[in-house]
Amino acid sequence: MHISYFTERPYRYVPNDMVIRNGFFGNPNKFFDPVKGGQLLNEYLDEKLLAEELGFDGVMLNEHHDTSFCMGSVMNVEASVLARITKKVKIALLGNPLPIVGNPLRLAEELAMIDMISGGRLVSGWVRGGGSEQFASNANPAFNREYFNEAHEVVIKAWTQPGPFRYEGKHFHYRFIDPWVLPIQKPHPPIWIPGLLSPETVEWCAEHRYPYVALATFLPPTVDLWNFYRDAAARHGYQVGTENFGYLQKVYVADTEEKAHDIAKYDMFGGAGIGYSLFGQPQWMFPPGYNSKQATSRIARQFTAPDATQGSPWATAASGQSAQQTRQNISAAQVQHRSGIWGETRDSIDSTREHIFSSFPEVERQFQIICGTPRTVLPKIRKVLECLRPGIFFFWQNDGPIKREDRINNIKLLGTEVVPAVREMARELELKSPFEVQPGSRPLPPSGKPESVGSLEPLAGLFN
Amino acid sequence: MAQNSQEWQEETLRVDQTDLHIVKGGSGRPLLVLHDEMGHPGWLKWHSAMAREHSLIIPLHPGFGRTLAPEWIRSIRDVAGLYSLLLRQQKLAPVDVIGFSLGGWIAAEMAAANPDQFRRIVLVAPCGIKPERGEIRDIFQMMAPDQLRSSVLDYENTPEFNSLFGGIGPEQFELWEDARAQTARLAWQPYLHNPSLGHLLEIVDTPTLLIWGKQDSIVPLNAGEIYQRSIPGSRLVTFDQCGHRPEIEKLTDFLRETQNFLA
Repeated sequence: MHISYFTERPYRYVPNDMVIRNGFFGNPNKFFDPVKGGQLLNEYLDEKLLAEELGFDGVMLNEHHDTSFCMGSVMNVEASVLARITKKVKIALLGNPLPIVGNPLRLAEELAMIDMISGGRLVSGWVRGGGSEQFASNANPAFNREYFNEAHEVVIKAWTQPGPFRYEGKHFHYRFIDPWVLPIQKPHPPIWIPGLLSPETVEWCAEHRYPYVALATFLPPTVDLWNFYRDAAARHGYQVGTENFGYLQKVYVADTEEKAHDIAKYDMFGGAGIGYSLFGQPQWMFPPGYNSKQATSRIARQFTAPDATQGSPWATAASGQSAQQTRQNISAAQVQHRSGIWGETRDSIDSTREHIFSSFPEVERQFQIICGTPRTVLPKIRKVLECLRPGIFFFWQNDGPIKREDRINNIKLLGTEVVPAVREMARELELKSPFEVQPGSRPLPPSGKPESVGSLEPLAGLFN
Repeated sequence: MAQNSQEWQEETLRVDQTDLHIVKGGSGRPLLVLHDEMGHPGWLKWHSAMAREHSLIIPLHPGFGRTLAPEWIRSIRDVAGLYSLLLRQQKLAPVDVIGFSLGGWIAAEMAAANPDQFRRIVLVAPCGIKPERGEIRDIFQMMAPDQLRSSVLDYENTPEFNSLFGGIGPEQFELWEDARAQTARLAWQPYLHNPSLGHLLEIVDTPTLLIWGKQDSIVPLNAGEIYQRSIPGSRLVTFDQCGHRPEIEKLTDFLRETQNFLA
């Protein structure tokens, strides 16, 4: 198994009430202090070094724009630094938002340089970018999928096809592709695709034999999606294995249960299931043409029949739906709260805050956040591993307003007590990473009927 | 969409390789009606009034739900070209045209390319030209129901407002999303305007009437003044206490102006 470390790198000094009122996107940047931000970015880089020292196999970065939620606005800059200052860890970029970069050839060059400076340690992932990101880069949301597919083609060709050559697509045009920087890894760096259970994306991953990394999604629909990948893979002629799947899991550890809960509770504003739904208001999360026809139908029902969300949106969020459904429900409710289009404003900031905190036990019960001492988190992590059988496992933590000493202690406890035990579990459960087994290399069984990787059985009784 | 099968019917016409859905109603000299960026709002009072003396031809724009968009249509000028093919095929030119907002922009592009295809032109608060004062409102940073409400000055006291699109339901919401997505494909950037349009409109010698609400919060009145300057001999009529939909907000004034002009 490949074990990696991740944090969103939030800007921590943001007024809490403002985020509850507006979401993370769309707040004026007069609240951002670059001196404090710079210090934080350096701390986050140092924490990656510490993770390497403690024995993690990799570190992961992501990218968001115009938000205090994540300062990695150009994560390739952070990755460049990490390429030089780390020595062994894989550097996973999950992912570069292909539809909004504008110039995929330049992206191919940036990533090639990161792979070269790191001595071939880059893992390159791609995302569509959230709805708000389309505004942040003025990328036409109605062409999001087309941009994604075409930019992907440009990058892969630039990496693998000898230049110079021409490229004329619908959206991207190059009369001369011949980069004199190329990845060390051949044919190109490993590509992993992170996501929130969009079937279209999973289908695409299966076709390209790219591992899919579920981003802290609810476990039952994640197993369903593994099976969706399994069937798509079978159509493309191969058997899925643990190497095709990755999972990002929130884990907070401290010296006592109480302390761990105290820290993790504030994460609710940082990123896990419920927190993510605070990401932005619906007009920014659902720009025109960004969603598939199917997703748009779902949104249409939720937005025109707000009663479907039943009571508190925050409670709905923790009821075991997929993260995507959760996000849509909450966004629909935010419409009600904020613009009063379909109804009267129902909740104040204080009661919303209370909703968020009061749903923490449910979030914990659903394993959306695992927190405790190293001894108490391990059995829960084992359940997740038994259920999803991922070959790649990311620990996600340290979002929210957490003090530096607590963050460091968190990483140290993970590295010294949790990671070695998880590694042992992975050996026992035979969870092979994409570095051990080439994704897409397993033949289908003679019957032609593919075998499942994940299973809900290990969770029996837990979520009822 | 308002249902009144007595007054209108729908048919499909194949133009180039596009099956255009067209709403038709009334009798008399043909009037091409080009709907706005949210789609055809249904058969309204002004349609009924106009249908007494004109045959209304209302194509549903490619990509706006009913008419599927061909891959080659990538700009408003392309849509204008498709409708020129329609006029040629149906031997309609020179025809009267009335275009609303995005539909007004399409009509203006058609006129700039070939003014002879029109007998009279009515443009109701068209986008297509960037105002010098104020900005065209960013409809893409709004949800559709907000967009609809901000298209009139006072939706609570605009009698026909609730008839628009037959109200807010899930099916209509999806159609709006189709319309908004196609509008984004055609006019995300430059946003709802074409920098060359003002220059090319100088060729238009067809009688042109511009109608604008003084309180239009989608396309500022200043854009209308630039249109008026750009189209030789055109006339700009403005209504006070009126937003982006004079055809429902100032129905009587609207009918008086358009019927006189198209007589």
